[in-house]
Amino acid sequence: MGWIEDTVTSVKSIQLRQALHQTISIGLIVTSALMIWKGLMCITGSESPIVVVLSESMEPGFARGDILFLRMSKEPIRAGEIVVYNINGRDIPIVHRVIKVHERKDTGEVDVLTKGDNNEEDDIGLYAPGQRWLQRKHIIGRAVGFLPHVGWATIIMTEKPLIKYILLGGLGLLVITSKD
Amino acid sequence: MHSFGYRANALLTFAITILAIMCAMASVSDNFNSLSPTSEVQVWNINWFRKKPDGDDEVSLTLNISANLESLFTWNTKQVFVFLAAEYGTPKNALNQVSLWDGIIPSKEHAKFSFHTTNKYRFIDQGSNLRGKNFNLTLHWHVMPKTGKMFADKIVMSGYRMLEAYR
Repeated sequence: MGWIEDTVTSVKSIQLRQALHQTISIGLIVTSALMIWKGLMCITGSESPIVVVLSESMEPGFARGDILFLRMSKEPIRAGEIVVYNINGRDIPIVHRVIKVHERKDTGEVDVLTKGDNNEEDDIGLYAPGQRWLQRKHIIGRAVGFLPHVGWATIIMTEKPLIKYILLGGLGLLVITSKD
Repeated sequence: MHSFGYRANALLTFAITILAIMCAMASVSDNFNSLSPTSEVQVWNINWFRKKPDGDDEVSLTLNISANLESLFTWNTKQVFVFLAAEYGTPKNALNQVSLWDGIIPSKEHAKFSFHTTNKYRFIDQGSNLRGKNFNLTLHWHVMPKTGKMFADKIVMSGYRMLEAYR
């Protein structure tokens, strides 16, 4: 009866090995994605190096679904640059253009006013109540390049979570069932 | 090995790679364009000049802006954003940039222009430093490509001077 036990153990070992292999490949995918993201953060100096445009306020330059590449360098902020900023109490960062700059002589601190190219009014209405200027601490990056339309996948997945789960489930199934 | 899934995957990867390479090449090709933009701006009139109740100076100008930015356009140009800013230094601020007018040029046909306008955005100083102030008017442009790297440059026009007294 020894050959039955042998078969059982060999089957068991194959399954264990396969399960381990799958765990490792899933881990590899997750960690390499994380590495790329963190690596981009290091290179660009911005806490979110890639953003998706969500509004029409910068039309016709940037449309909904375009992807922007951000950089945050030590260079001073100047009028005309497109910056991405966060306002206290707002979740979503805003991509708008700088139209006014006042830079202090002693501290180098800047007061910045922004406006969306497609908006009639400047952004004072978007800032926190009583806030008239943006400072450097509000700005998380300036746009240096862009790819059109690529961000639509993100928008669809955020607005229709069901599609996200179907996609994630499908991908997970593919990774688990693939023989490689 | 030659299942539908593998073939679809290979095709998709290939298509995306080619698309990425084409986008990169389009962006790189912008570097071979030689730029020769020109511009001239006159302060036609100072409509009024006052000190606001909160103590900041404000002025209203009528400007004559003419420029030729046709050489900025290439086949990878989606639009050119152009704006005119007043730039000056004050005892408190090393640099003040106040945008006075801006516009979006969608195509080469519209890149040569000359017109009169009052300042589109309010020209307000941080403080009361504008009397007799020398300032530059700088025409900035930001080129937005169809894809790839954005770039910007400017023409500085100096020798403008504000009135000595409010009016």
